[in-house]
Amino acid sequence: MEGKIKYRIGKSSSFQLLTIILACSCVMPLVAILVYIIRAGITKINWSFLTNVEKPVGELGGGVIHALVGSMLVIFFASIIAIPIGILCGIFLSENKKSKLAYWCRLSVDILQGVPSIVIGIVAYIWMVKPLGLGYSAFSGSAALAIMMLPIIIRSTEETLKMLPDSLREAAYALGMPFHRVVLKVIVPCGVSGILSGVMLSVARIAGETAPLLFTAFGYQYLNTNMTKPMETLPHLIFKYAITPYKDWQDLAWGASCILLIFVLLLNILTKFITRKWKVQL
Amino acid sequence: MESTIVKSVNYNAYFGENHVVKDVNIEIPRNNVIAVMGPSGCGKTTFLRGINRMHELIPGATAKGKILLNGEDVMEMHPIFVRLKIGMVFQRPNPFPNLSIYDNVIAGYKLNGIKLPKAEKDKIVEHSLSRVALWKEVKDSLTKKGSFLSGGQQQRLCIARAVAMEPEVLLFDEPTSALDPISTSTVEELFHELKKNYTLIIVTHNMQQAARVSDRTAFFYMGELVEYDVTKQMFTNPKDTRTQNYITGRFS
Repeated sequence: MEGKIKYRIGKSSSFQLLTIILACSCVMPLVAILVYIIRAGITKINWSFLTNVEKPVGELGGGVIHALVGSMLVIFFASIIAIPIGILCGIFLSENKKSKLAYWCRLSVDILQGVPSIVIGIVAYIWMVKPLGLGYSAFSGSAALAIMMLPIIIRSTEETLKMLPDSLREAAYALGMPFHRVVLKVIVPCGVSGILSGVMLSVARIAGETAPLLFTAFGYQYLNTNMTKPMETLPHLIFKYAITPYKDWQDLAWGASCILLIFVLLLNILTKFITRKWKVQL
Repeated sequence: MESTIVKSVNYNAYFGENHVVKDVNIEIPRNNVIAVMGPSGCGKTTFLRGINRMHELIPGATAKGKILLNGEDVMEMHPIFVRLKIGMVFQRPNPFPNLSIYDNVIAGYKLNGIKLPKAEKDKIVEHSLSRVALWKEVKDSLTKKGSFLSGGQQQRLCIARAVAMEPEVLLFDEPTSALDPISTSTVEELFHELKKNYTLIIVTHNMQQAARVSDRTAFFYMGELVEYDVTKQMFTNPKDTRTQNYITGRFS
């Protein structure tokens, strides 16, 4: 009897150990990537790296300012397009759980999430770059990225608002509030932390997207702030330099990777912080 | 001087195909406490939610017949006006978790976008909280969140929120079923105070509570209004055998 119990205790603790080991092995790749990229990239980052545009091979002191500014602009305009549409769509889905339109809408959002980013890039090329006749433009890149942001914002908004108890909606309706006020003054403020975290995660998600930009924002070797013209972005710059055989340019790619990684990391940490700080205690 | 304030005429309510309230005719006199009791699933809550048209918020829910408020059919009025005149308190306390105690009381004004001068808001808050015997307990913590209060205090805050809108009728959907006994008796005492200014309709599945607090009682069974009478009469000498069986505890 005693032996049997000991055997069971042993089995239990070895199972526990197994889960711990597997959990650690999930974290390992992330830590490895972080350490490797930061070690390779941090030494490349200096003042001239952050303030100059790229220079021809062999000339020292090239930088990534054009890609940095470009990425910020492209992400900013993508957010302007995607955030209002995404949040409103999420509200619609959470407030009309059972309607037919909601069913189809939810299905399309799920499918959209699975569409390869390169396909979205091609679609943006066919819809925006070709027919407008402007050629490659940063704005078409923003549009492509906005399409990628939508599913994340929509689903996180929907999930957050669905978690709010119906009693909250009833309280608001019982005070004679019309639908738009119930949503804007009660539902959204109570779910603001979840909505915001969805928005920020979607930004973190698209910050490193390269494929949709290949056919849209395209890339440019000088500083450009005109959204109707081609623009360089960090992920595209990394792609462009990493495949060259020149050490100088590869170094720039490492530095840019490091910056991009730190940006995404900070955004994720900030999201956690906001979620905790702004969470409405129900 | 008893005049009718709420009157229902052949009121029927449905959830899809399900007929949950059947041909209810009832006259509710002003400044009375009406208890609506009956076993679970008898349609009492649905009827209550029909009075301020909260019933139709549930997908698939429909209603037929008339509910007259001061002779005016609420089914013809816009639900928003109905709900401003007929306040409601729910089973579980549901203060707005994102608002302070102060803002919760004036939520009906604030969230509806009605602008009031500060002095008037202060007056409404103090007045409403005093009405529900909560002013002394919270007057120093008005800026704290509503969810910081205890369950019983939250429920009184919800009553204050309804009272602040100066409605004519207050509906209570099992207002004490989520509260402890002490909070329950505090809320019950409130009913006696509140009926001076409002007409109260209280759904309860607690018979003792119905007997304690109400002037008149309505007994619902299987969607029908079986009996409606002065509470004392109902509990001592019920006319219908179903009422009798319910009161004596032969079913619940």
